[in-house]
Amino acid sequence: MEHDVSEPRTRAPRPSIGVVEWLRQNLFSNWWNSLISIVLLIVIFQVVTGLLRWILGSEGWIAVANSVRIILLGRYPPAEAWRPQLIVTMAALLLGLSGGIWRGIPLNLAVGFSAIMALLGLISFAMPTSEVPLPVATPLFLFGTAILGAGGIATAWRLRDTLRWPVIAGWLLLYPVTILILRGGDTVGTNLWGGLLLTLLLSVSGIVLSFPLGILLALGRRSDLPVIKWFCVGYIELIRGVPLVTLLFMASLMLPLFLPPEVRVDAVVRAIVAVTLFSAAYLAENVRGGLQSLPRGQTEAARALGLNVVQTTLLITLPQALRAVIPVLVGQFIALFKDTSLVVIIGLTDLLGAAQAINTQPAWFGIPGGVWRETFFVVAGIYWIFSFTMSRTARRIESNLNVGR
Amino acid sequence: MNKELTEDIIVCEGVNKWFGEFQALKDVSMRVKKGEVVVICGPSGSGKSTFIRTINRLEEHQEGRIFVDGIEMTNDIRNIDTIRREVGMVFQQFNLFPHLTVLQNVTLAPLWVRKKTRKESEAKGMELLERVGIVEQALKYPGQLSGGQQQRVAIARALAMEPRIMLFDEPTSALDPEMVKEVLDVMKTLARGGITMLCVTHEMGFAREVADRVVFMDRGTIVEENTPEEFFTNPNHERTKLFLSQIL
Repeated sequence: MEHDVSEPRTRAPRPSIGVVEWLRQNLFSNWWNSLISIVLLIVIFQVVTGLLRWILGSEGWIAVANSVRIILLGRYPPAEAWRPQLIVTMAALLLGLSGGIWRGIPLNLAVGFSAIMALLGLISFAMPTSEVPLPVATPLFLFGTAILGAGGIATAWRLRDTLRWPVIAGWLLLYPVTILILRGGDTVGTNLWGGLLLTLLLSVSGIVLSFPLGILLALGRRSDLPVIKWFCVGYIELIRGVPLVTLLFMASLMLPLFLPPEVRVDAVVRAIVAVTLFSAAYLAENVRGGLQSLPRGQTEAARALGLNVVQTTLLITLPQALRAVIPVLVGQFIALFKDTSLVVIIGLTDLLGAAQAINTQPAWFGIPGGVWRETFFVVAGIYWIFSFTMSRTARRIESNLNVGR
Repeated sequence: MNKELTEDIIVCEGVNKWFGEFQALKDVSMRVKKGEVVVICGPSGSGKSTFIRTINRLEEHQEGRIFVDGIEMTNDIRNIDTIRREVGMVFQQFNLFPHLTVLQNVTLAPLWVRKKTRKESEAKGMELLERVGIVEQALKYPGQLSGGQQQRVAIARALAMEPRIMLFDEPTSALDPEMVKEVLDVMKTLARGGITMLCVTHEMGFAREVADRVVFMDRGTIVEENTPEEFFTNPNHERTKLFLSQIL
C-alpha cells in the first residue's frame, strides 16, 4: 500500500457514532447497566424538578430581594450607604484604569466587573423593592459604576504612560481612604459594619497584612540567627496548632484583659488582627516550601556574583519561591476569605451573619418554612463567585508567568 | 606562551577542609600568578571543585589561609564581598536565574553590585553577549536556550562584574557533546585575553592549548603540577599516569 504523503494528517481519526449508538454503548450495554442508568435518570429528574419548583415557586425570594442592603452592608445605616457606594465607584474606576494600562488579567477583571454591574443594573429594574431606597438610586449606581469602569479602560488605553504611577498610588491609597470614608469621622461605628462589606474588608485586610508578615516569618525561620529562627518557629507552630475560632475568642475576650481599661480596641480591628496572625503562620510555611524547592545553585550563583544576602533574597530567591507557590497561596486566600465567616461567633455581622439576621426578621415569619434556604443559597452564591474569580485569576497569572519555562 | 607572570593574585597556604568526618582538602597550597591560566583535573571526589569553591567562599575552609588579590579570606563579610566582586564563577549546572531574561541575568551584578546605571549596565551586557555570540537571544528566558547557549550566558554574566579572576567548575560536563566546543571557544578567547583563570575540567585539549599549568588533584591533595607539555607527555606519579590513561 502506498502512503499518501501529499496530505499529512494533522490529528488522530475521531470515531463518529450517532447519539442512539453512543447511548447503547455507554449507558445500556447490558441489563444491570441499563438498570443503574434508569435509576439515576429518575433521581436526576427528581432533583432537577424539585430545584426548579423551589426556585420558581418559593415565596422566600421576596425576603432576599428586600434584604439586598442587609446582605451587602449588614446594619450599616441606610442614610450613610452612599459611603460604601462611593468606595465601589472609586474601585471600579481604578480597576478600569488598571485594565487599560496593564491589559491582560486586570483588563479581564475590569471588563467582567463592569459587565456584572451592568447586568445587576438591568436586574435591579425588575426587582420589587419595598424597603427604604438607598440614597443613590440602585440602577443609577450600578450603571454608573459599569460606565466608570468602561470609561476607565478607554481613558487609560490611550494615556498608559501618564496614568501608570497615579493609578498605583490610587490603589495604595484606596485602603486607608476606604477606612476613612466608611467611618466618616465618628459617624458610623465599626459595630455597624456588616454583610459583604465586612467580609471583604476582613479578607482584604487579612490577605494584604498577612502577606508581608508571612514572608518575614518564612525568611526568619531560615535565618542563621538562633533567636530569630526560634521565635519564628515558635510563632508558626503555636498559631498552626490552634483553630481560628480560638484566636478570634482570644482577640475579642482575652486581649482586653491584658490592655489597660482605657484602651478599647475596636471589635473589627481585633478580628482583623486575629485573621492576619492566623493567616501569616500558614503563609510562612507555604513560602518556606517555595524557598526550599529552589536549587542551591541559585543562591550560590547570586552570592558568587557579589550580591549580598538581602539582594539575593529580594531579587533571586523570593521572586522564584513566590511564583512557585502561587497556587497554594491562592488556595490559602480563598480559605481565608471563607474563614472570615467565623467572626459571627464574636458578634460581628458579616455576610453569613447577614443571612442569619434576615431570617430573624418578623416580616418573613409568615412564609411557610421560613426563608433560610433562599438566603443561604444566595449567600453561598456570593461566596462562590468571589472564590471562583480568585481561583480563575490565579490560574491566569500562573500561565502568564510560565513564559520561558 | 609569552605572558609575563610575576605578581601572585591567589595564594593558598595549607588549606584544610572537612565535611563532617570526611576530609575534602588536605593541606592544599597553591599560588596563582596574575594572568595565569590553571587547569585543575583529577578523579571525581578528589576535592578539585571544593578547592576552587573555597576561593570565593562558597565553601568555608577550616584551616590554612587564602589570599585573593592581597585580601585575606576571613569570616569578615566585607572581605568576602570584596573578594567575590573580584572573582567570577561559572558552574557546571549554569545556574542562570530562570525568572529573568538573558539580559537581566547579565545586568544584575553591574546594576546592584557595581551600582551602575541601567543604561550603562545594559550597554555593557549587550557588549558581553555580543562577545559570547548570543546577542540575538538577549530578551529570551534561559529556559528557551540550549545548554551551550546557557553556559555562554553564564560566562557573560560572570564577566559583567569585570572580575580579575574567573573560576570555572566543570563548565562543559553537563553539556551535550555537540555544544562543548562553543563553550570552550569562548573560554579560549577569554584565556588569551589575559584574565586569570582557574578551570576544573576534563577537557585535555583545552588544557593543552591554553593552560599555563595543569594541576592534578587526588583524595584532597595536589599530587602533581606542571606545564601542559610535561604533564601530558611525562607525568611523574603513578596516580597521574593512571588517571591520564583513563581519560585520554
